[in-house]
Amino acid sequence: MNKLKLFLVLGLVSAMAYAGGYRVSTQSNKQLAMGHTGVAVVNSADILFFNPAGLVHLESKLSVSAGGFGVFSDVAYQNAEFGTFADTDSPTGTPIYLYATYKVTDKFSAGIGVYTPYGSNVTWPTDWSGSHLVNEIELQAIFIQPTLSYQLFDSVSIGGGPILAIGGVEFNRNASRSLVDEEGTRSNVSIEDSGVTGWGWTAGLLFTPTDNFSLGFNYRSLINIESTEGTATFSNFPNSTLVPSNGTQGFTATLPLPAEATVGLSYKLNDKWLFAFDYNRAFWSEYENLDIEFADGSSSINPRNYKDSSTYRLGAQYTATDKFVVRAGWYYDESPVQSGYFAPETPRNDSQGYTFGFTYQVSSKFAIDASLLYLRFKEINESYDFYSDPGVPVNAPFAGTYKSQAIIPGIGITYNM
Amino acid sequence: MMKRINIKNISLLAAAALVLTACEPELDNAIEEGGVYTAGDADFSKLVTVGNSLTAGFADGALYLDGQTYSYPNILAGQMQFVGGNEFNQPLVNDNLGGLLLNGTQITNNRFVLTSNMGTPVGPAPLAGTPTTDIANKVTGPLNNFGVPGAKSYHLGAPGYGSLAGVPAGTANPYYARFSSSESSTVIGDAIAADGSFFVLWIGNNDILGYATNGGDGEDHNETGNIDPSTYGGNDITNNNVFAGVYQQLVQGLTANGAQGALVNIPDVTSIPFFTTVPYNAIPLDAQTAAFVNQNYAQYNGAMAAYAQTPLLSQEEATARTISFAQGQNAIVILDEDLTDLPDPTQPGQFLPKLRQATPNDLVVFTASTVLGTLADPSNPASVIGVGVPAGDNLVLTENEQQRISTAQASYNATIEALAQANGLAYVDARAVLADVANGGVAFNGGLLSSTYASGGAFSLDAVHPTARGYAYTANTIIQAINEQYGSTIPTVDIGNYPSVTASDNVN
Repeated sequence: MNKLKLFLVLGLVSAMAYAGGYRVSTQSNKQLAMGHTGVAVVNSADILFFNPAGLVHLESKLSVSAGGFGVFSDVAYQNAEFGTFADTDSPTGTPIYLYATYKVTDKFSAGIGVYTPYGSNVTWPTDWSGSHLVNEIELQAIFIQPTLSYQLFDSVSIGGGPILAIGGVEFNRNASRSLVDEEGTRSNVSIEDSGVTGWGWTAGLLFTPTDNFSLGFNYRSLINIESTEGTATFSNFPNSTLVPSNGTQGFTATLPLPAEATVGLSYKLNDKWLFAFDYNRAFWSEYENLDIEFADGSSSINPRNYKDSSTYRLGAQYTATDKFVVRAGWYYDESPVQSGYFAPETPRNDSQGYTFGFTYQVSSKFAIDASLLYLRFKEINESYDFYSDPGVPVNAPFAGTYKSQAIIPGIGITYNM
Repeated sequence: MMKRINIKNISLLAAAALVLTACEPELDNAIEEGGVYTAGDADFSKLVTVGNSLTAGFADGALYLDGQTYSYPNILAGQMQFVGGNEFNQPLVNDNLGGLLLNGTQITNNRFVLTSNMGTPVGPAPLAGTPTTDIANKVTGPLNNFGVPGAKSYHLGAPGYGSLAGVPAGTANPYYARFSSSESSTVIGDAIAADGSFFVLWIGNNDILGYATNGGDGEDHNETGNIDPSTYGGNDITNNNVFAGVYQQLVQGLTANGAQGALVNIPDVTSIPFFTTVPYNAIPLDAQTAAFVNQNYAQYNGAMAAYAQTPLLSQEEATARTISFAQGQNAIVILDEDLTDLPDPTQPGQFLPKLRQATPNDLVVFTASTVLGTLADPSNPASVIGVGVPAGDNLVLTENEQQRISTAQASYNATIEALAQANGLAYVDARAVLADVANGGVAFNGGLLSSTYASGGAFSLDAVHPTARGYAYTANTIIQAINEQYGSTIPTVDIGNYPSVTASDNVN
């Protein structure tokens, strides 16, 4: 009976899944250093994000973990047919996390997490050759997740909680490839909204048949960030009834933060070595279009047509001494962006992440965590084929060669009492 | 012990982070690093361009700042920077209005913009504002672009063409007077002094265009045999031999320092919307008005029928000269000076007017659109121009007039091609590519470039000069010819990124 129940729960959860797009997988210094595995790794309060079912396995009464990262991400673009080239000069992204968990009883724990799993910071040179698609985008979402965890059976714990997402977006691009005002300045549209909220939930299950083997599942639901109270600013349009008027108006748009499911395992070889493997699937196919409806009745329809995508993660942890733990990992991150939909606002192709890090136990309660991620993208020839100038029936593909790279160092602290 | 390892690791990590963040993503074959494109056998280190309004970047009836930015020489120079090209200086005007002043008084109009009403385009009108470019403020500093709006072939070598003192009298060109090196300098002399390693010469358009845009209301010096251009009027056709002699000297001057270059030929006048926008049958009439007008021409038609019975008038011409209106769109009535002189039987010593109705082979000039259908005499409702009153000879380019133009054009182009070949220069067949634009248009990434007025994208609102997009297309044509001649690989530009006409209701 118990086994059947377990099987059903496992079957349900594993049918679901995360990666690529504007997802930024930096929710823990410890776990990032291990290739961002963690659905079956009980290391610290960070498990609150990776698998809420693991909370109850934490030994301390109170566990707190906090940290942040610097995302140094840049993209080089060129088109050899026309001699155009551009490099992004994106501001440094700063994803953060804070987890606190409290062991209420041996079988029951509660906690709260605050983290920033989504974000995008891409700044191209203003008026560059792809400025009709994007000059600049800044997107961020902060998630707040109260969490409960319960030891259901000796070998099975469950956990979950609601997620409140608070998002903001700034997006700037030129009105078309060539529209200018009377002074020759490119006509421009920018939209801005902040404090947009959306609700979702997460649930997880941790199966620990033996002391050194764990199997974990986690599902995180879709959260739609529906922007209804933002402002769209039209500037540098010529004074003509043939084009939109300059000024500010409202707009509505929906940005999906897709559901994701993770299944993974960890294996403790001995007191020194721990290995972990995670498989994520992110349900990006939810992101079909970026449609912006302006208050004046006009709209901007931007097909995205993302596909569901997988990430394969490997991590290892070596406990060198009582005070010093080193970690390394690797992952392969499939891009949800399909060929022909490669827009420079999120120029992501498949990537490989190489991760390193360590923890230094300063005292019995207090530790410092550090990590480094090097995200390597292959050079790719791609295009975005679904743009057309206003009033023109022919699409104008924006093609070129892209090369991206991201370096993400992070630092954090862990406190256990 | 542990502490040491820790510090060592932290510093290692920090060092690694620093090293990695310092290195930007690099493309395997980066344009930015150079080496993607080659100059072939040419030296593009200093580009000098010589010509008329097309070289200056004239558009929308004026020379304005943005138009100059998108001049074909500036686009070309930008792309040549990939193959050793350097800075390119133009005699930039002060503003985007484009009108010129002479000592504070405006002497040329501001540029045209496309006006609109409730989301529907209306037509061209000058952009409102007070221009700030006074030609008395001479342009100083080195120049690469010697494009002078309005210049004909023989003007380039004419001393005094850039004399400020000559501008009010009309003996000098205000655009050249802004940047001429002296009161007696010549355009070609200044261009040669710039000592370019590579040049583009595009001249000769105005040697036929003045005649064409004025509906053939000028002299054809291939007919008069006049070979003294100092006696030519503004609307005359330059004698073929005069053109050949002048052009040969221009090429000789520009190549004297061993420079390489490109020669651009003369497009067909029928490629420009100035001659293809206003239809020959522009006038709609109802049945009643048609009958009324026909009555007024009954006497003239009777005279034609009578003359057709005499050797004085062929039956063919008599038919062509018989005026007849009907309900619907009607061919306009025009004056055609090439028609036969016929004595007026009712008034001895006088001749009958040389009237006929236009045919699809006649080209009505763009400026006729503001004249046709209006009243020649505001108090006389029967004096509708094109119906009761003939459209003037200056409004219509007849087949005979077109023939004179194309004869001269063919001769000029033969001269240009021969000199390109003789001097090993690139020959740019602008005639062919602009004919493509006019005949159905040319597809580009994300659009179609055609010569349809205002909406076609290729021609600016003056209906003669290209838009920025049209100039970009021209620049691509020149780049291709240069690459072919010199084995270079200069990249073309994406013409969809270049503006078409500007819509604005900022007009007076």
